[in-house]
Amino acid sequence: MTPGARLVQVDGLVKHFPGARALLGLGRARRPVRAVDGVSFAIESGQTLGLVGESGCGKSTVGRSILRLIEPDAGRVTLDGVEVLALGPRELRALRRRMQIVFQDPYGSLNPRMTVYQTLAEPLAIHRLAAGPEVERRVRSLLEEVGLDPAFARAYPHELSGGQRQRVGIARALSVEPQFLVLDEPVSALDVSVQAQVLNLLAELQRKRRLTYLFIAHDLAVVKHIADHVAVMYLGKIVERASAAALYGAPRHPYTTSLLSAVPVPDPTAQRQRIVLQGDVPSPAAPPPGCPFHPRCPHPKKNDRCRTEPPALREVAPGQLAACHFAEEPM
Amino acid sequence: MSALTWLALAGAVAVALLVAEEAHRRAAASAAGRRFLRHPTATPGVFILAFFVTLATAAPLLAPYDPAFQIDIVHLQNHAPSAQNILGTDVYSRDVWSRLVYGARISLGIGTIAMLVAVTAGAGVGAVAGYVRRWVGAVLMRGVDVGLAMPRMFVLLMAVALWEHLPLAVLVLLIGLTGWFATSRLVRAEVLSLREREFVAAARAAGAGPTRVIFRHVLPNAAAPIIVSAALGIGNVMLLEAGLSYLGLGVPSPLPSWGSMIYDGEPFMAGAPWTSLFPGCAIALVVMALNAVGDGLRDALDPRKETA
Ligand SMILES: Nc1ncnc2c1ncn2[C@@H]1O[C@H](COP(=O)(O)OP(=O)(O)OP(=O)(O)O)[C@@H](O)[C@H]1O
Ligand code: SF4
Ligand SMILES: [Mg+2]
Repeated sequence: MTPGARLVQVDGLVKHFPGARALLGLGRARRPVRAVDGVSFAIESGQTLGLVGESGCGKSTVGRSILRLIEPDAGRVTLDGVEVLALGPRELRALRRRMQIVFQDPYGSLNPRMTVYQTLAEPLAIHRLAAGPEVERRVRSLLEEVGLDPAFARAYPHELSGGQRQRVGIARALSVEPQFLVLDEPVSALDVSVQAQVLNLLAELQRKRRLTYLFIAHDLAVVKHIADHVAVMYLGKIVERASAAALYGAPRHPYTTSLLSAVPVPDPTAQRQRIVLQGDVPSPAAPPPGCPFHPRCPHPKKNDRCRTEPPALREVAPGQLAACHFAEEPM
Repeated sequence: MSALTWLALAGAVAVALLVAEEAHRRAAASAAGRRFLRHPTATPGVFILAFFVTLATAAPLLAPYDPAFQIDIVHLQNHAPSAQNILGTDVYSRDVWSRLVYGARISLGIGTIAMLVAVTAGAGVGAVAGYVRRWVGAVLMRGVDVGLAMPRMFVLLMAVALWEHLPLAVLVLLIGLTGWFATSRLVRAEVLSLREREFVAAARAAGAGPTRVIFRHVLPNAAAPIIVSAALGIGNVMLLEAGLSYLGLGVPSPLPSWGSMIYDGEPFMAGAPWTSLFPGCAIALVVMALNAVGDGLRDALDPRKETA
C-alpha cells in the first residue's frame, strides 16, 4: 500500500461492559461500565499512534476491540480497507495474520506450560506458515531478531527475566509477519533499565519491518520518542488528538496539560508549573455529567457550562482536536 | 505358602521400596517436589500404593491358590492364619491371602477405571462450561447442581435393584458417571480464571480456535486440580464399591473384591475375624495412602505456591 495511506481506521468505537447483577443474579443489575464511549482515530501506514490515559480509562479495551479479542458494541474498524467487525470466524482468523498484540504483563502473557519454541511455533502452525525443519529455522531467526540467543527456545517462561519474556512476546507477535501491532503498555511492567532496551527494539523493528503501531501507555513520557500522533483518553473518550509535535508543544486540553506537567523535564531551568490533579478518576460506570473532566479540571475558566454541556471533540488548530469548551484559551 | 510365594512377596516389597525411593529422589530435585515431600505421609503413601499395585499386577506370582479354589471344604473352614494360609481361610475354605491379592486387581481396577470416567467427564464438562460462557455453560452447571444434590449411593442402589445381575462393567461406568460433578465444578472455576489470562488472549489473537485454546492452553494449566481430584477420587470409588459389595450388591461372588470379602466374612466376625479384617485393612491403607498422596500433590501442584 502507498505510504501515508490510512492502514487502521476506527470510527465511533463503543464498548460497555454489563454491570454484574447483585446477589444470586437477582435484584437490579448494576450500571454498565462505559469502558469505551465513541472513540475514533486513524493510523497511517508505518506510523505510531500513542494512546495515553490513566489506568481504567479504556485503553486496553480499545486495543482489544480492534483485534476482536473483545467484541465491541458499536463502531467501525477497518484494517487496510477490510471491515474487521463484519468478518466471520474464518475470515477473521485469516486477518489475524495481519494484526497482532503485545501485552503488558510479561508473566501472564506466556503459557507457563509451553517452551519458548512451542509458543513461537504455534502461530506458524495455525496459519500453516511453516512445517518441518522450516519451523525451527523460523523460530531461531525470530529469537535472533528480538535479540535473544536461539538457545532460549528450549526454556520455559519461568526461567526467563521480565525483559526476556517480553522479547518472546514480541517475537510471537512478529511470527505471522503482521502489518499492524497493538502494543498494550509493552514496557510498563519492566525495570526502568530494561524499558529503554525494549523501546529501542520496538523502534528498530518498526523501521525494518515497516510496522504500524498503536502504542498504549499510561503516561506521555513513554510514547514521546516513538509516537507520530498521540491520542489522550479520559473515561472512555478521546479528549485530545494531535501530532506529537503539536500535543507536546502546545497542548489544548487541560487534562493533557496536567499529564504533561507530570513528565519530567530534561532541562531543569525550563519553567513549567507542575499541576497536581485533584481527586480520583470517577468510575466509568457513572461518569460526571457535562464535561467528564470537570470535577478535576484545573482550568481557570471552568464554569457552569462545563458541568452541564459535554464538549465535543473538535478541531481547535489545524490537525489538532480537543474536547474542551476553552481549548482556544489553553492554560 | 511355598518358598516361591515368600520370595515373590519379598520381591513385591522390594519393588515398592524402589518406587518410593525413586519418587523421593526425583521429588527432592524440584521445588514442587519438595512441597510434596513436606507432607510426612506422602512418601509412605507412595510406598503403600506401589506395593498394592505390584500385588495387583503380579497376582499370579503372589497368590499360592486360585482365589475361588476351595482348598478343603470340610476341614479348612474359617481356619486361622497359619504357615499354610498366612491370612487364614474363609467360610468356603478359600485362601484369604490369595483372594486379597486378586481382590487388589478388582478393587484398584474399579477405582481407577471409574475415576478415569469421572475425571474425563468432569474435566470436559468443566472446561466447556467455563470457556463457553453463554447459555451452554449455564445449562451445564445447572445440570451439575442437580447431580451434586443427587444421593449417589441411592442412585446406584436403585440401578442395582432395577437391573438384576448388573454387569460389572456397567456398575463401574455408573459409579464413574455419578462421580464427576464436583470435579467439573473445580475445573470450571479454574478455567474461568485461566480464560482471562493474557496468554489465552494471545493464543486467540494468533488465531487459535476454542478447541486449541481449551486443550493446549487452558486444560494443561488446570492439571493440578484434575490430578488431585483423581487421586482422591479413586479412594472414594473404592469405598463406594466396598459399600455396595458389603451390601451384597456390588462385585458378584465368587469374584474377590475387598468389599465382597468383608461381606463374605461378616457373619463370622466373632469366630473368624481375619476373613473381614484383612481386606478391611487393605481398603483403609489404600484410601489413606491415596489421601496422603493427593494432599501432597495438591500442595506440589498449586501454582500459587510456585516460585518464579
Ligand atoms: N471484562 C470486563 N468486564 C467488566 N468490566 C471490564 C472488563 N474489562 C475492563 N473492564 C472495565 O472497563 C474499564 C476500562 O478497562 P481497560 O482495561 O480498558 O482500561 P485501561 O485503560 O487499559 O487500564 P490499565 O491502564 O489499568 O490497563 C475499567 O473500568 C475496567 O474495570
Ligand atoms: S470543558 Fe471545562 S471542565 Fe472540561 S476540560 Fe474544558 S475547561 Fe475543563
Ligand atoms: Mg490496560
